[in-house]
Amino acid sequence: MKSVNEVKSAHSPSQVPDEWFKWKEKDEGAAEVVARPSLSYWKDAWRRLLKNKLAMLGLLFLILLAVMAIFGPILSPYEVNQQDLPNQYQPPSAEHWFGTDNAGRDVFTRTWYGARISLFVGLMAALIDVTIGIIWGGISGYKGGRTDNVMMRIIEILYGLPYLLVVILLLVVLGPSLSTIIIALTVTGWVGMARIVRGQVLQIKNYEFVLASKSFGTKSSRIIRKNLLPNTMGPIIVQMTLTVPSAIFAEAFLSFIGLGIQSPFASWGVMANDSLGAILSGNWWTLFFPAFFISFTMFAFNVLGDGLQDALDPKLRK
Amino acid sequence: MLKYILKRFLIMLVTLWVIITLTFILMVSIPGSPFNSDQSSNETIRANLEAHYNLDEPYPIQYLLYLKSIVTFDFGPSIKQPNQSVNDLLARGFPISFELGILTIIVAVISGIILGILAALRHNGVIDYLAMGIAVLGISIPNFILATLLIQQIAVTWELLPTATWSSPAHMILPITALATGPMAIIARLTRSTMLEVLTQDYIKMAKAKGLSPWKIVFKHALRNALMPVVTIMGTLLAGILTGTFVIEQIFAIPGMGKYFVESINQRDYPVIMGTTVFYSAFLIIMLFLVDIAYGILDPRIKFHRKGGE
Repeated sequence: MKSVNEVKSAHSPSQVPDEWFKWKEKDEGAAEVVARPSLSYWKDAWRRLLKNKLAMLGLLFLILLAVMAIFGPILSPYEVNQQDLPNQYQPPSAEHWFGTDNAGRDVFTRTWYGARISLFVGLMAALIDVTIGIIWGGISGYKGGRTDNVMMRIIEILYGLPYLLVVILLLVVLGPSLSTIIIALTVTGWVGMARIVRGQVLQIKNYEFVLASKSFGTKSSRIIRKNLLPNTMGPIIVQMTLTVPSAIFAEAFLSFIGLGIQSPFASWGVMANDSLGAILSGNWWTLFFPAFFISFTMFAFNVLGDGLQDALDPKLRK
Repeated sequence: MLKYILKRFLIMLVTLWVIITLTFILMVSIPGSPFNSDQSSNETIRANLEAHYNLDEPYPIQYLLYLKSIVTFDFGPSIKQPNQSVNDLLARGFPISFELGILTIIVAVISGIILGILAALRHNGVIDYLAMGIAVLGISIPNFILATLLIQQIAVTWELLPTATWSSPAHMILPITALATGPMAIIARLTRSTMLEVLTQDYIKMAKAKGLSPWKIVFKHALRNALMPVVTIMGTLLAGILTGTFVIEQIFAIPGMGKYFVESINQRDYPVIMGTTVFYSAFLIIMLFLVDIAYGILDPRIKFHRKGGE
């Protein structure tokens, strides 16, 4: 303690008397107190996402949509394919909230069935893409060398294939149904995800904590699972939120050219296609509701994806 | 540089081969004969037809014949429209689709870049929010929805423009608008974000300090660097526009390739599906190759002589 005082007096000019300084006892407890609440990466990202109004609007819309996709059909007294030909093209009214279509089917009920199909296709496609992409990209990035080279060449070739054309070709052969659409969308769809995962893994595998883990003799599969993947989750989640709208678009597009879910079943693309002739005669509601929900769902996923991208980027942390 | 081009070229060839072979395998694996549903219930007629289309040969021979037909650019006859060959359909449809595609790209690139620049120059201003609002809408509304909305409002309700076909410039406005809005939105967002980044850099400050006019700074100094990412995504945009023409031509009754393609899908006219898919894919893959080369030439930061690279 004394030596410190000596040092201090040696450095302070003579006009500052030593009595002005007060020695403070070291307090082990106070040093450990954290002034601000500690925020984990995920808590911080969530906090920043909450501040993004557009992204929250998107999230809110998607939650409402999911709720309505589950419970919407229960609220309605009509069945999806319940035809009522005398009542075709009824404008929106108390009985038919969204009106009726060319076969007198209730557009309200069909819209929520369409939501089920669109959300299911979108989420399944994203999930399968992520699974294959993580395995492929993780191994390719972590192994490096020749393995990486071969795996990346394959990706490069698949990446060059025109996505929707391959999907169309597969559906012509497999025949359109819910499961074949999902298969066709994911056959080449995972490539983008694999590229992102590989890029991230390449970057992170050179960090010290991975080296430390390696020097303990940890197995590769465990390093990929425990060290690398958790740190690549940000970009993966962003890519997932952007895969969903493109899959929803693809499903609607395919339904529209006659390769999607077949007509008696409701999907937004089928509904839009069915109403093509109807709008010329002024029955706008048959097109408006599926069009609105396709567009707003894609909008919601896009703004949510953008918001997540900003929220999960550690460089933008304030 | 030569090595880079050669490597890209090889990858392009392999990709082409993959799509060609994939098409063949998928078409062969369709159960049943393509003549099942027709008048040809008679066994002899069907055998004759299959012989005529070489469908009675073993698969490896069929595959070689198929490769030969593609190399010689002869996609064979249509099964459902007997007097038409796939080449006829391509020759008739492609010029129209090409015109639609090129005009769409021009409109999308020019309007997207202008929108992006305006938004970046008025960052967080009214114009910025307006431009980005348009961009988000453009990305969210699928082109076939936009097309039907445009027909309903502008052609049917207001009767400003014709609803369909491809005969005069007035007929072209709606299809091009429907097809170009999505790519335009993507280009606008990209231009905006890279412009914002470029505008904060020192050489722009330097240009300002020299007293250059804002327009000169934007067009001579900032824009060139801000456009690089736009070049990178051109390949993806081209693919989107190309597949977009399928539905747009269908909706607007434009007699292009996309219309024939969708019709052939609905009629399960396999030679036409095969021919057009291979043609479309080859077109796109070659375009992607050209975009890659253009990117390599435009961006001086890509070093060709370094082995491996990043």
